[in-house]
Amino acid sequence: MGKLLASDPVLNIVPLIVVGLLLYALISAGKQPLWAEAYRRLRRNVVALIAIGIIGLYGLVAVLDSLGNTDKKLQTFVTILDRIAGREQERTYSEPMASMTTGEPKPQKLKEPGTHLLGTDGTGQDVFYRTLKGARTAFIIGGLTSLIATPLALLFGLAAGYYGKGIDDAIQYVYTVLASIPSILLQIALVLVLGKEIQYICIALGITSWVGLCRLTRGETLKHRDREYVRAAKALGVSDFRLLTRHILPNLLPIVIISVTLGFSGLILSEAILSYLGIGVDASMGSWGNMIDAARDELARDPVIWWNITSASVALFILVLAFNLLGDALRDAVDPRLRS
Amino acid sequence: MLRYVIRRILYAVPILIGVLLLTFFLFFGTQSPETIARRNLSSRNPKPEQIKQWLDDHGYNKPIGEQLKRSTVDMLAFNFGKSDASQEDIWSRVKQGAGPSGIIGALIFISSVSTALFFAISVAYFRGTYIDSYATAICVLLMSINAVVYVIALQFFMAKLLRYGPVWGYDPDSLGRFVLIPVVVGVMQGLGSEVRLYRTFLLDEINQDYVRTARAKGVPEAMVLLKHVLKNSMIPLITSNVSAIPRLILGGILIESFFGIPGLGTYLVDAITSQDFAIIRAMVFLGTLLYIVGNIMTDVCYALVDPRIRLE
Repeated sequence: MGKLLASDPVLNIVPLIVVGLLLYALISAGKQPLWAEAYRRLRRNVVALIAIGIIGLYGLVAVLDSLGNTDKKLQTFVTILDRIAGREQERTYSEPMASMTTGEPKPQKLKEPGTHLLGTDGTGQDVFYRTLKGARTAFIIGGLTSLIATPLALLFGLAAGYYGKGIDDAIQYVYTVLASIPSILLQIALVLVLGKEIQYICIALGITSWVGLCRLTRGETLKHRDREYVRAAKALGVSDFRLLTRHILPNLLPIVIISVTLGFSGLILSEAILSYLGIGVDASMGSWGNMIDAARDELARDPVIWWNITSASVALFILVLAFNLLGDALRDAVDPRLRS
Repeated sequence: MLRYVIRRILYAVPILIGVLLLTFFLFFGTQSPETIARRNLSSRNPKPEQIKQWLDDHGYNKPIGEQLKRSTVDMLAFNFGKSDASQEDIWSRVKQGAGPSGIIGALIFISSVSTALFFAISVAYFRGTYIDSYATAICVLLMSINAVVYVIALQFFMAKLLRYGPVWGYDPDSLGRFVLIPVVVGVMQGLGSEVRLYRTFLLDEINQDYVRTARAKGVPEAMVLLKHVLKNSMIPLITSNVSAIPRLILGGILIESFFGIPGLGTYLVDAITSQDFAIIRAMVFLGTLLYIVGNIMTDVCYALVDPRIRLE
């Protein structure tokens, strides 16, 4: 094993939570009578099953990269993925499966010739290993942001829709103000003010991304507020809190899940944009955004370094595509009338 | 109509005040002026006098009330002050950059709307066939590609390999050569999601009664789409295009800085690199203003297109 990419043990809990929640949702959906019909439709959709499989695979890589122990010899935290895929660090660039380095006046022999599946990058890191490491970063960005934004959106959306009047006005005002600032500009400002650590990036993305779901939740709650079942529950003396969490929220869950699934892909895409602007995840963490960003110089070199950007873009593309397809399939499964 | 416009503008005032207060808190409430000064002074360990001098120069050592005025009243008067990193006046740089940004933004906007509409109408014409489902699948593929990858990859293929235009630079005298590739990149970035969106707008109208009437009296299918359906899809089309303004801003930031176009996007990226908060504050305000104005314009267009809509 060569030089390892950093993986902060505290943040490791995020991919575990995200993958755990996904598994829980899948298993419990089949048992709920409310969901059984949608679950059956989803199970018949081949595209959706493939998408779930792909997301599961990425999730597995992210989880393997989040479990590990502190190595006594190296004095750092070493994950299972590091032990499986960690490779010897070479001098500089080398082509996929090459045995000599590239881009040096005098090419040197590699320490591990012919075994770097996708070549090495400028610092001699194995590109395949870096690409795998990107999965964890993507799950942290998408997962932690969703974990921040979704409760916020649900809390405010439910309160605004259910109580109306002054509370509604105040919440609407807050989110209209936030939504009036183009999100990329607000993200830039927030990251610069808070700091470039991954948790602050997630907070910045969370602040700009909860508004859409909040609007949706508010609108749906308004619709449900005067339905018979809510009035019946109220007449029976059910408390507001219980009414919101036990009666209204389960009816909103389908749209929440669809919106979070589709939002996940947007968040992973944002990471690359922030990296490009120089306010992304730290280079020591290994992220697809950083690898794509490096290609600005690499594609201008001679010979062209194409394997770094290609690996990262393809890895990113497949995961985003899987989330987009799953989101669409979920929408079709929950409400076939929406299918156009 | 005029009363409607005035009322709509008045509704935007509290929003703008909210944004100004938020940016004030964000930039002045979360960090001390000394931190900003230290970051911008070149020497590693600046003397207290140096810091004080810098604070005086850039107006950061005034009382909180004065700072509040700076980030609200002065902003509204387009009096942005000078950059933190250099002594340059921000407003004069903004005026310089607005030209190239405006040209690129307008070209991308017009080309992407017309391209997307062309494809959407074609797809709607073949609705329910294999062409429709393949086209929708391609749209999802295009949506899943990162905006940054579009910029980097298209520049590599179009400028470096195929030599359709220069890799870098901008010259107003031979505009066509310099803007071709940036505009193609801008169109591609949004094509997938736009075609898919426009397609649903068109299909929403296609099942209406008036379309059946038109077909019944013998109007050819192409004419039905182009004349009857398109006209009635205008309302959702207009709204979705105003919400495209933030996307244009983002596209502008990526494309301008990558192709070396001296617009506002490049200015912003340089400000991020040098952590120039004064410039970023001004750009956040300008972007927001643009978006709010865009929203007002949509509502006015709405009221013009559909006389039933009036603000209550």
